[in-house]
Amino acid sequence: MLYLELLIQGIVQGSLYGLMTLGLTLVYGLLRVLHVAHAGLFTLGGYIGVLVTNQTGSFGLAILLAMIIVGICGMGIYKFAYEPILKRPPFVTLIASIALFIAMEEIFRIIFGPYGISYINPPLAGNLNFFGMNLKIGEVVVILFSLVMLLFLSWLSNHTRTGVAWRATVSDPDMAQAFGINKNKVRYLNFFVGSALTATAGVFVALLNNLVEPTMGAVPSYKGLAIIVLGGLGNIRGTLIASLLLGVVESYGTIYLGKILDRDAIAFGLLIIILMVRPKGIMGEN
Amino acid sequence: MDYEITLLTTMSISILFALALNFVTGLCGQISLGHAAFLGAGAYTSAMMTKASYPFLLTLPFAALTSGILGFFIGLCSLRVRHDFLAITTMGVGFLFVGVVRQQDFLGGEVGISGIPSPGFSRFGFLIFCLFLASLFAFFSLRIKKSWMGKVFESISDDEDVTRSLGINVSHYKIFAFVIGTSVAGIAGALYAHHLRFIGPDSFGFVESVSVLAMVIIGGVGSVWAVSITAAFLSVLPMVFQFVDDYKLLFYSALLFFMMRFSPEGLYGLVEKIKKNRKIKLAKDNKNEQKAS
Repeated sequence: MLYLELLIQGIVQGSLYGLMTLGLTLVYGLLRVLHVAHAGLFTLGGYIGVLVTNQTGSFGLAILLAMIIVGICGMGIYKFAYEPILKRPPFVTLIASIALFIAMEEIFRIIFGPYGISYINPPLAGNLNFFGMNLKIGEVVVILFSLVMLLFLSWLSNHTRTGVAWRATVSDPDMAQAFGINKNKVRYLNFFVGSALTATAGVFVALLNNLVEPTMGAVPSYKGLAIIVLGGLGNIRGTLIASLLLGVVESYGTIYLGKILDRDAIAFGLLIIILMVRPKGIMGEN
Repeated sequence: MDYEITLLTTMSISILFALALNFVTGLCGQISLGHAAFLGAGAYTSAMMTKASYPFLLTLPFAALTSGILGFFIGLCSLRVRHDFLAITTMGVGFLFVGVVRQQDFLGGEVGISGIPSPGFSRFGFLIFCLFLASLFAFFSLRIKKSWMGKVFESISDDEDVTRSLGINVSHYKIFAFVIGTSVAGIAGALYAHHLRFIGPDSFGFVESVSVLAMVIIGGVGSVWAVSITAAFLSVLPMVFQFVDDYKLLFYSALLFFMMRFSPEGLYGLVEKIKKNRKIKLAKDNKNEQKAS
């Protein structure tokens, strides 16, 4: 039974990683930018979620507002931080992004205080008995929500004009532009969707821990990079597989490897081992 | 006077560390986002040895050796993965290092090692020693940069595949750069441990790796002088910003961000640009004078 429970925990964690890193991999696929500041948006999502829920009492409204506000912030980051330096060597955008992320953490600390805030009345509280296993309702909602989001996204990219334009721009930006696709619109959309998704991840993590603090994004930011590299940079299916894999490996690893490695180092141990075997990630083409 | 000596010692250790990274990232073009791990490996080796009452000077080669061996393996990784993949792999090494050290009781675990014995110099003597090592390595870097090896490094950082097609064994050069860059970082780590007399896993985390990379990049990738000056300046910046203690990190990250946003070539690039503009202006003035006469 322990095995199964660990597996479920791993899947919950993996779904959260998936929601978080999808935006990262979308940005990388389109712009070749390692978007570390994405994790800052994740924290911002958590803060908006808690604040709005505490003010209005509606968790649904909180998620919606978090998605919209964080999505717009994401577009702002693209416009003011990345667009002017896209032509530079890749480490320039990487360092700029890391600096931006540290600055965001500091701003959260200054505005919201260093100790973090919690839900006054945590929504979706309570447990569910599922074949003899005790699951939090919040965890079930996380899995269902990410599933719905994924299905929605895959419908969007396969069956709408916007989705086709987006895929065309990813595979060949110049050719797409020649066919009359507005490259900038696609990029803005990309940042909006990715940031909105990471905001929901932030809201859910804040719910499961019942706490948001300024440094909430620190570990996910670097782990997020590990995940998208594992998945084969810019590869969406690979990223999802890597998210779930990491969630599950971490959940078993903490029990069996906890003495030698701490939880956060496991991700990078896995990363290095897999990269040595497959230098372009799990799904990357060789 | 003591305060100034401490400040200057911090500066020279930072210069040595930044030049070590500059050797890998600046000269050879291989990014390392986990260089603090090598600083840490050296620091822990040296601190453990002096605590077991070996003389400080004897620990330096061992610190260099530990970091160098670690660096050799990362060098091997750099043959396998490239560019963004390498950046994330080296970042992973940094996290692995901290994660492993945290769980080892004989390395002091979470708490770290305190009460590291004095290196056996006076404070001023230690400063001179650090300064000496830093300038020695600066000199070495300058020599390498001018040599045949420096040209190969430059060519590798421009385009690896072209270099390989010229019949140069790129792998050897890359591994060499990693081994030198990491063992010198190890020596810097030994100095660091005996300067502060206390080390813990948090002293070698991701923030350290980023700030040393920032020194190299803000200075201007590859230029030994510019990197040394920036390292000296940035290492004492937190102390200068002490009066805004709460906003220290915000200032620092904002500086880094705006530097990347508006002058990604670093200070070196900025100076070169100004020089070039002046030359153009001089040439224009000369022309105008000629026309006038």
